[in-house]
Parts: sequence; C-alpha cells; structure tokens
Amino acid sequence: MSAARIVQAVAQREAIPLSPRVHWVGALDPGLRSFDIILKTANGTSYNAYVVRGSHGVAVVDTVKREFSADFFARLEQVAEYDEIKAIVLNHLEPDHTGALPELMERAPNAQLYISNKAQMMLKALLKRENLAFTTVDTGDRIDLGDRSLRFLHTPYLHWPDTQCAYLAEEQILFSGDVFGCHFCDARLFNDFTGDFRFSFEYYYAHIMRPFRDFVVRALDLIEPLPLGLIAPAHGPILRDRPSDYVKRYRELASPRLKREIHPGEKTLLVFYISSYGNTARMAEAIHSAAQEISGVRASLYDLEGGDTETFADLLEEADAIVLGSPTINGDAVKPIWDLLSSLTVIDMKGKLGAAFGSYGWSGEAVRMIEDRLRGLKLRVPLQGVRVKLIPTPEEILQCHAFGRALGEELMGRREARVIDMSDLLTSQYSA
Amino acid sequence: MAKATITFEDINVTVTVPAGTRVIEISEKVGSGITYGCREGDCGTCMMKVSEGWNNLTEPSVLEDKILRENYAGKHNRLACQAQVLGGSVSVRPA
Repeated sequence: MSAARIVQAVAQREAIPLSPRVHWVGALDPGLRSFDIILKTANGTSYNAYVVRGSHGVAVVDTVKREFSADFFARLEQVAEYDEIKAIVLNHLEPDHTGALPELMERAPNAQLYISNKAQMMLKALLKRENLAFTTVDTGDRIDLGDRSLRFLHTPYLHWPDTQCAYLAEEQILFSGDVFGCHFCDARLFNDFTGDFRFSFEYYYAHIMRPFRDFVVRALDLIEPLPLGLIAPAHGPILRDRPSDYVKRYRELASPRLKREIHPGEKTLLVFYISSYGNTARMAEAIHSAAQEISGVRASLYDLEGGDTETFADLLEEADAIVLGSPTINGDAVKPIWDLLSSLTVIDMKGKLGAAFGSYGWSGEAVRMIEDRLRGLKLRVPLQGVRVKLIPTPEEILQCHAFGRALGEELMGRREARVIDMSDLLTSQYSA
Repeated sequence: MAKATITFEDINVTVTVPAGTRVIEISEKVGSGITYGCREGDCGTCMMKVSEGWNNLTEPSVLEDKILRENYAGKHNRLACQAQVLGGSVSVRPA
C-alpha cells in the first residue's frame, strides 16, 4: 500500500494490513497535547491495536481509548467476525489500551483474555466485575491459532507492573505494548512513511521507560535474540523499516553513560549544594573533601546555581550516592533543590545512598525535609544530616568532615557494624 | 517484653526490638534500602530477602503469599510490611 492509500484507508476507517494475516485496527488521536498529565504530545498520539488471523481462530492484540471505540470496531469488523475471536491479548491494561475492552468482551463472547500475572488485580479494578474469566501467561506461554501462534514475553514495569509483549514467530512480528512506542500521530502509520518521530521516540523513552531501566535491560535480553521483521507498538509508528535499530537504541539508552569514566571498584558520590551566604557552600566543600579521602570514593561537588536540573539528573542516574545541601528559607529547602528532587522521578534511584546537610538562620527544617524526600524516592538514608546555625564554627566544619568520611565509608561498605535499640530510633530516627 | 534483633545487612545495623515488631517499622527509620509503597501488602515494593532467621518471622498470610507469587519472589523473600519478628534474630536486606 502506498502512503497516500494508507492515509485514505485510515480516514475511511479501514483496517490496514501489516501482512495478509495481520491488521492494524487502532485509532488516531491527532488533537491530544498532554498525555497522562506528565507528557507533552506535540503530534498527538495513536492507540494501536492489531488483529492476527490464524487457520484456527483470530486474536485481537490490545484495544483503544474508550472515546475511539467506534474507529476500532469499524476496522475490526472488516477483518474478523466477532465469533471468530478466540483470544484477546492485553499487553498493558492502562485505559488508553483497554477503553474498548468491556464492549469487545460483550461482542466477542468466545474470546479468552490473556494477561500477565501482575495484571490480574488491575483487570479486576478496571472492569469491576465478579467471576471474570482470564488466563495469566508468562514467558514461553503460547496461544495456538493453527498456522499462527503468539508467544508471550514477560516484560514487567515497562511501564506498569502488568506489561508484557507477544511475539508472532511465523511472521517475526513483535507486539511490544508501550515498549518502542511513542506519542506521534501520523496517518501514514509505518516508520518508512511517517514524518520524523525521533524526538518523540527519545522523549517517550526518557519519561516512560527510563525510571525502569533495570527492567528495560531484562526485557531487551528477551527481545534481542528474536528475529524481528516488524515491531508493532501500542503507540506511534509501526516499525517495519530496520526494527532492530530501535531495539539497539533502547540498549544504548539503558546502558550506563559514564561507566567508562569510573574505574572498577570505584563508587561515585555527588555533593550538590546551593548557598545564600556561603555557609552551606563551606559545609559542602568540607563534606566533599572528606568523602574524597576514603579510598574508592570518586566524589564530585556541584553548585546547583551553576547548572541545569536535567543535566544533573543524567549524572544522578549513574551516581552511587547523592548528598544535598540547602539553606532553610521560610521554613523550607530552596526551589532549585526541589526542582532537582522532582526531576528524579524519571530515574531509578532505589537503593542509592542519600544524605542532606545545610546551614540555617533560626528553624532549619530543610535538611529533614530533604531526607524525607530521599526516603520517599526509595534511597537509603542511614546517616542523620548535619545542620549548622548560620556560620559554621571550626568544630562544625570538623563535624562536616566526619559526616563526609562516614558517608564515604558507608558507600564503600566499610562502616563498622552497629547495634542499637529501637528506642534510639525514636529520638534520633537514624542509626548513626 | 520478649526481645528480638533485626539486622539490616545493607547498612550493617542491628536493632533490638520488642517481639511482634513489623520489619518495615524499623527499616524506614533506620534508613535501610528496604523501602515501602502502600504498606498494605499490596504493591510488593517492600520485598526483602531474609538471609537468616526465616522461622523467627510470622508465617506469610494468604494475601502476602499471593503478592509474593505475583512478583515472582524467590523462596527467601518476604514483604517487610507484613512480616513480624517473633523472637531470636533475623537478618534481612532489600530483595
């Protein structure tokens, strides 16, 4: 089909063939400008759903957002009768892919639902029905459609716990769900016809997949060995031209960027600070230089006033420890600190070492607030941060040195074992 | 009151606690990497590996067993928000 013919067919609510046995039955949403609140969509988006026909039945892979159900059913009806539909595969249960599901289940009563193990609770929460029948599938499980079959890959947290992929081996097609997708609406549908969606692809990865980098790597380990003739994602262009390039790009994006700069056995500790009168800055310098003295620690010092939050977020993704210094102004940490901390939701920070410090005028809440946020981001925060009233004395600078050393030792796993009583935690909240 | 100890291996800290204490109550205060999401045994965020003292913890409930299965938990894994220490010593780390 030519690009012009595809545009015409999409407008006329036709199903678009990916192959003689596989059709796109999705919907286009060109007017969307904001997705899930957090994402901008300059080009709108598409909700891709697919139909696979085997000699012994039909499978529908995903559906569309509810408002677009009419488009979906109109296309679906051109390539399948409802009573032929034997399987409904849900690679991801978010409402933009399951909006037409309740209606589809009514219309196709013979169809069995196939979901991942982790999707069960979500399916029940979504459909609010008792006695729901479904089959949970894992890597290696198959749906037999006669001369076609779908094999499942368990790829959780891309980007919900429930996500999975389905592979049609006979045609080398991967139905990848949100993986390799993007918000980019173009009626020409296929990546060799559409406009330039590179930005959307990268932006989608950065906001949707990046927080789950470890899970991306595990999914790629399953996907890379597959012969890939075409990737059929749940959003954006269908990748039939050099599909493996997109898999390679995911591998690059999920690989540590600064790995080669750090020697084996070294761990990185980043000290970020912002300072009104130089007091928090002096504390930062002391903590940085003391941490640097611990062998194996590669410490770096950054003034938040001198950089962009996004660039720092890249650094933090690779760091082993993050130490934040802020003065307290009007009972709070200052905005650049919160900007940095709020940018970390797109990064997997779980298990990294976190700490805070700062100088203050009279109340000094900032340090504890930052520590709470670090805990909320699932960092471990075993050392109570240093707080100094206004100008640090020489003794307080020594205290900062001790804090920096303790952080370095903690990072390198060299702190001595400690035994404490639970009652100690009630007063200090920390093990230090 | 009967005492027990929980060792958080990721930060090398042992805490003496009264029997019956839930692991999550201590892990968040002490700054261990065993962190929580829902605290209701539903999300699986607080999954931990029990290296020693498995039998010194309460038995997993039907709900916890289900969540552990759904999260493909290993046989030494428990949810810190559900497991209570009964006595003796227990060693844990983030799963």
